[in-house]
Amino acid sequence: MTARDLIPIAVLAVLAALLPLVVTSSPVMNFLVFTLIVALGAQGWNILGGFGGQFSFGHAAFFGTGAYVTAILQLRYGVNAWAGLLLATAAGAAVAWAIGFLSFRSGLRGSYFALVTLAFAEVFRILANAASFTGGAAGLLIKLDVHPANLQFADRAVFYWLVLAFVTGVLLLTRWIQRSRFGAQLVAVRENEDAAKALGVDSLKVKLRAIALSGAVTAMSGCLYAQYFLYIDAHIAYGSWISVELLLAPIIGGVGTVFGPVVGALTLHGLGELAKQFAGRIPGIDLIVFGSVLVLAVAFARGGILGLLERLRDRGRGMVARGAKEVSHAGR
Amino acid sequence: MYSPQIILEAALNGLMTGAVYALIALGLTLIYGVLHIINFAHGALLTCAMFAVWIAWAWLGLDPYLVIVPLVPLMFVLGYGLQRFIIGPASHGDDGNILLVTLGLSIVLENVLLALFQSDTRTLDTDYSFQVVALGPLLLSYPRVIGLGVAVVVTGLLWLVLNRTDTGKAIRAVAKEKLGANLVGIDVRHVYAITFGLGCACLAVAAGLLMPTFYVNPRIGSAFVLVAFTVVVLGGMGSLPGALLGGLFIGVVESLCGLFLGDSLGQIGIFLIFIAVLLVRPTGLFGAKA
Repeated sequence: MTARDLIPIAVLAVLAALLPLVVTSSPVMNFLVFTLIVALGAQGWNILGGFGGQFSFGHAAFFGTGAYVTAILQLRYGVNAWAGLLLATAAGAAVAWAIGFLSFRSGLRGSYFALVTLAFAEVFRILANAASFTGGAAGLLIKLDVHPANLQFADRAVFYWLVLAFVTGVLLLTRWIQRSRFGAQLVAVRENEDAAKALGVDSLKVKLRAIALSGAVTAMSGCLYAQYFLYIDAHIAYGSWISVELLLAPIIGGVGTVFGPVVGALTLHGLGELAKQFAGRIPGIDLIVFGSVLVLAVAFARGGILGLLERLRDRGRGMVARGAKEVSHAGR
Repeated sequence: MYSPQIILEAALNGLMTGAVYALIALGLTLIYGVLHIINFAHGALLTCAMFAVWIAWAWLGLDPYLVIVPLVPLMFVLGYGLQRFIIGPASHGDDGNILLVTLGLSIVLENVLLALFQSDTRTLDTDYSFQVVALGPLLLSYPRVIGLGVAVVVTGLLWLVLNRTDTGKAIRAVAKEKLGANLVGIDVRHVYAITFGLGCACLAVAAGLLMPTFYVNPRIGSAFVLVAFTVVVLGGMGSLPGALLGGLFIGVVESLCGLFLGDSLGQIGIFLIFIAVLLVRPTGLFGAKA
């Protein structure tokens, strides 16, 4: 990685970190924290789906595992919340690796992989909803005990900074993946798995590494969700809504790009909030917007928002170049 | 321990629920077999059809079984239009894109219904909702017996359409070899849209059969669509008899799991089968080798 890779990430992180100094309204902070948590989970999806081309429709399995592991460890075993975060992340990686091992080894790709991940998430949801260990249908309430050691903060801004730090960390991780040998192999598997294999890429190993990383990051976001809202149940943690959110953000923002998931999450939730402001109390209005944006993005902006911007920039450059040519011709 | 009679009754009831699953899966598998796409909007379209049945009953006082007759062409037209004017053009012929477009459509449809009807659960009642048919010592629900019969008839009709009509021939040609079909003058986009329409028409029948004993709310489709995916995968993607038998089988499994494990865990058997089939034999029991 060179300085050119790091500077945009650093600039954005610093700018975003200054935001709480300007914005103090708590609904806005709530919105930002939630959107960043979704962005973090979506970054996890993007590692597997964006760079690896394996579209998961069941990332809720990892999000929920992160949320449940930290909640159960704290409630039932009195484990410290920070340790819980660490263990939840590890659990996410382990669950992801296991699901990946089962499905990739059977050669599942494309729609089949999407379906099997969806089914795993559903199994987890049904189990978490039925078992008493996970609090059953009543869910789990993490005890309110505001203290930095408990990963609970009196000031929302602190939590915002914390999530921002994680998002920035994963931006760096993603940039590293993009520049690394592993990333190159992952993209090769996405573009043409058979060709990649023929060139000596161990595609199973590469995909397993990607899904484990992906699961770890998404579990982290699930853990932070539980820690921020202090309540989870099976429909929140393992519900299909989160699988859909985590997949929408990168696709809208720019699939397989470093900033795509963050841009997508901010855009989607920004639009969702706007729709709610305009349409008032119509239920589901934000989701109507999400779905329409998804269809439009697939139809007209295949690289997502970042892809669109890039195309505009190229066109702009083309025009500048053409303009310069004309000027030089006229001068002659 | 359960007496054999209870188990047998549960199995038979499951068989009849399975018939409706089979109808839903029939549409899904037909669309998969021809377009090679997984239609994530299938559940939301089923919900639309179920609301249509409910509205016809609540506002016009029509019998749910009677509503099937006008609803089948309506759903066909809706499906035709969706594929021809939205899914087809928006997805540029890429599988991943189709998955996403149908997912987007399902989110939109589901939430438009939510905006229109709120999340309340609605039921309708008919004279025959709770009637039973006695079969020896066994008591079977009358609407479910009807459901089983109709599902078998519809599968037969669909088979006839595919195997005995020119349109069916065109559909099969496109399913086998898109390019070749195009070369001999078949309009592939038209055939795609017709297939999608047929798949949606199956949902109209399923909705009419479900409503006398079931309820509807904007989210109900997603519960069915996962079951339908299981049926389709189990029966082999694209196989009509596979969908019928798979649906009946899944119905029995769900019913028996519900009996032994309780309602909250009843569906888990379905998903475990789903995962197992995907992992071990993704071509299903009746599917051709991929």
